[in-house]
Amino acid sequence: MSSLLLTVSQLNSYIKSLLDGDRHLQSVYVCGEISNFVNHYRSGHFYLSLKDDGAVVQAVMFRSAASRIKFTPQNGMKVLVRGRVSLFERSGQYQIYIDDMQPDGVGSLQLAFEQRKEALAREGLFDAARKRPVPRYPARIGVVTSPTGAVLQDIRNVLTRRYPLAQLILCPVLVQGSEAAGQITAAIRRFNERQAADVLIVGRGGGSMEDLWAFNEEIVVRAVAASRIPVISAVGHETDFTLCDFAADLRAPTPSAAAELAAPDRGELHLSLLEKQTAMRRALQGRVEENRRRLLTIRQSRSMASPLYGVELRRMKLDYRAGQLKSAFVHTVRRQAQTFGTLAGKLDALSPLKVLARGYAIASGEQGLVTKASQAQEGDSLRLKFMDGSVSCRVISREIVVPDGEPHRF
Amino acid sequence: MAKMTFEAAMKRLDEIVALLEQGEAPLEKSLKLFEEGTKLAQFCDETLKNAQLRIEELSEEPGEPDTEGTEA
Repeated sequence: MSSLLLTVSQLNSYIKSLLDGDRHLQSVYVCGEISNFVNHYRSGHFYLSLKDDGAVVQAVMFRSAASRIKFTPQNGMKVLVRGRVSLFERSGQYQIYIDDMQPDGVGSLQLAFEQRKEALAREGLFDAARKRPVPRYPARIGVVTSPTGAVLQDIRNVLTRRYPLAQLILCPVLVQGSEAAGQITAAIRRFNERQAADVLIVGRGGGSMEDLWAFNEEIVVRAVAASRIPVISAVGHETDFTLCDFAADLRAPTPSAAAELAAPDRGELHLSLLEKQTAMRRALQGRVEENRRRLLTIRQSRSMASPLYGVELRRMKLDYRAGQLKSAFVHTVRRQAQTFGTLAGKLDALSPLKVLARGYAIASGEQGLVTKASQAQEGDSLRLKFMDGSVSCRVISREIVVPDGEPHRF
Repeated sequence: MAKMTFEAAMKRLDEIVALLEQGEAPLEKSLKLFEEGTKLAQFCDETLKNAQLRIEELSEEPGEPDTEGTEA
């Protein structure tokens, strides 16, 4: 076919058939770094390039395959893909049609875990400020776990030994498999709705990351964070961490440890009760001692030493008051004497005797004092009083001075 | 005091110990507190001694939890 004339379509179609016919290219594993990643929101297909230091290749992952991976691919992420190589005839570009993608280096679950952890942490679900304190003496301890596992037995044993006062309320759930997350979420919500416990233990025994996966599911993590009842998370062994642990108010390394965190120890409580009783007794003894000392002080004081001391004290007070009263009295008398003197002076100045001394006389008739000429008639007898005595006389005539000045005679 | 919860008793007991240790209450009041505290401590100790773990299952339906549980 050295000299055939081909259309572009025929050429691309031919090349495609060559690629599709190559057995090796039907299933290849390629590792590289993701770039130009596009998650086509409408179709759900992923479009990306894979590259290494020297080359780049286009790739596509259709929705059916893309929806199966748990992590979200990102630019710069190193991945291992499995797929077939073929040609996209319209652009003449060959590309990898990806069936599966794994993060290179870490497992995909691990990556999904990290990504979800970061997203939920950004939302503040793991904030220390959200953590509620676990009650010291819980009356009802709720447990969300498998009814058949060792977890329940461990918790039960620990509580029987440490704090049998509590009531253990179990909400049995599946702890792995596709239904687990939904059941665990529902159980946490039910405890909250009914306020059926003072503290919750949510957990399961150890297992692989896949086994523990329900405790990483977003609905479970959110239910734990939203729980008004404090939650103690006890998933797997000490080395296993789940997102549930981060959202919980306390994380216990094992189910037994969770029970220990949930309840105080009977033996320790007994000791603490003894201590309290001792403290009370000591405090009361101190109180009695203090009162005895005070009594002693009072007894030895002066008033207790001499019974008359109080009387003396009161007599002194009485004397003092009497003195005050006396001086107040003297003061009042003096002030009134002064007032009297002033009034007497005024009275003296107004005395008619003083007027007579200056040469005036007081006339009086049968009707009393005669202070006006008009009061006296010719022939009346008047009595004139002087300073040194009086005379009797008769009116011979009178002259009245009217206001306009002209005297006239009657 | 018969109906008192363990938690409430412990809380009151702590209060009493604190009050007595402050030593501000008059002697007569202190004596009353001491008496109350001693009773509470005895009640708590008795409760601890006699307690038996009860296990119940949270029922599906809203309402009281089932009481089918057994004692440990």
